[in-house]
Amino acid sequence: MYQWDFAPVLANFDLLALGLLNTFAVTGTALAFGVPLGLALALARLTGKPLLAWPAGLLIEVFRTTPPLVQLFWFFFALPILIRVEMTPFMAAAATFSIQSAAFFAEVFRGGIVSIERGQWEAGRAIGMTHSQAMRRIILPQAVKRMIPAFMERAIELMKTTTLVAVVSYADLLYQANELAQKTFRPLEVLTVAALLYFVCIFAVSLASRALERRLAVSGETTVR
Amino acid sequence: MNGNPDMRALLRVGGLEKRFGENAVLRGIDLEVTAGDRIAIIGASGSGKSTLLRCLNFMELPTAGRIELDGVAVGSERRRGDGSIERVYAEAELTRLRRRIGMVFQQFNLFPHMTAIGNVMEGLRTVLRRPAAEARARALVELTRVGLADKAEEYPARLSGGQKQRVAIARALALDPEILLFDEPTSSLDPELVGEVLAVIRSLAEEGRTMLLVTHELGFAYHFASRVLFLADGVIHEQGSPEEVLKHPREARTQAFLARHRAFSF
Ligand SMILES: Nc1ncnc2c1ncn2[C@@H]1O[C@H](COP(=O)(O)OP(=O)(O)OP(=O)(O)O)[C@@H](O)[C@H]1O
Ligand SMILES: [Mg+2]
Repeated sequence: MYQWDFAPVLANFDLLALGLLNTFAVTGTALAFGVPLGLALALARLTGKPLLAWPAGLLIEVFRTTPPLVQLFWFFFALPILIRVEMTPFMAAAATFSIQSAAFFAEVFRGGIVSIERGQWEAGRAIGMTHSQAMRRIILPQAVKRMIPAFMERAIELMKTTTLVAVVSYADLLYQANELAQKTFRPLEVLTVAALLYFVCIFAVSLASRALERRLAVSGETTVR
Repeated sequence: MNGNPDMRALLRVGGLEKRFGENAVLRGIDLEVTAGDRIAIIGASGSGKSTLLRCLNFMELPTAGRIELDGVAVGSERRRGDGSIERVYAEAELTRLRRRIGMVFQQFNLFPHMTAIGNVMEGLRTVLRRPAAEARARALVELTRVGLADKAEEYPARLSGGQKQRVAIARALALDPEILLFDEPTSSLDPELVGEVLAVIRSLAEEGRTMLLVTHELGFAYHFASRVLFLADGVIHEQGSPEEVLKHPREARTQAFLARHRAFSF
């Protein structure tokens, strides 16, 4: 019978806390850059102007169709050789997951934008709005509302995927848990606590997202139709 | 400028054509609208009534022909490679023009993420850049005009079809359009809600507004219109007073169309 002993884990909890903070840092950075960049990519792709749409489309497809681990390695090992800048593990991780999220969000934005019925564009234009005014005031607010579930889903997915950063020695929660396991010889306890931390954070986000959806559903339109 | 301003056409349409690919929907529409005219446009489904209306505020670009608003031709001429002449339209010009021509849609097309008053204010705020307080006051005037001041803070999802369409009318009115276009404004309403919308349109007629209205409600057209156009084969097949067109049509096509709409009563 295995004897559980959480005392060494709790004594070194600050290590795990630091790891969790680092996980938040890379997830938050990826979202903070990924959402606006994704919107820009979506708008570029929707212009229909080859000079804008084509590069945006290429970037989106490349990042959607290559494994995140390969992207991470590429940013950490290949890019520094190509442009001669030293990448810290955080920079490589933030860059990888920002652009990768942007590629994902671009498709979500695009789907949301084209899902808004033509009559909304027409009503905007009929009161004298320019294309960009109609996009900003009429189309995007409605599109964003419909995209909230996909955003939340992505944020959760991202937090889990960022565990990959451990391979470039970025001290995220999983990396710290590994360190602690080797230090304390208590891998079962350490990993259990780490899993619990992931669960609590992600479950909280998930609950918040459902509450948000409900609130938006009350104020007039529903989120998904 | 030239002659009696009251007699000058507010809107003059000459040789208007619209093709969608091979499908020639409008084949030469000539039309003059004087300030205060109330024009009802009738015709079979697919005869191009909506297309005509949508060309007038350039939601669709005409394939050929020219449209003058208040004596000024919209767009400019350009000589094609083969020597023929086409009209080109700058988006900025069309955007400015659409403020002057209000449009009300069959499906209302209210902005669902804005309250009723938000919908009515939107053009004033975003397009005309009026201060919020001024825009709100003006929007409330228009909502009052359509009898919905008490629904100002409701979202469209909580309004009935008739109320939605009245908000849509208020939204168009807020920009002080010189011409109002209605495309079957009551066609998607439950029968018991049609009356309240028609009443609002009638009150606008009494104010002397210039309006073009596509409708299948021939009874309403009879009382509302100063002139009725019957569209067929992409041209104005017959036009005249409601009495002439609806009661004593000369053309066989018009007579056949009206026979199919026997259900209407004056
Ligand atoms: N955007 C478009 N692209 C291609 N064809 C179009 C488009 N809009 C209209 N049409 C075609 O033009 C023709 C006239 O359509 P329109 O909507 O103007 O008719 P309508 O008289 O308003 O009919 P209804 O009474 O059914 O509303 C139809 O054959 C229609 O298929
Ligand atoms: Mg129509």
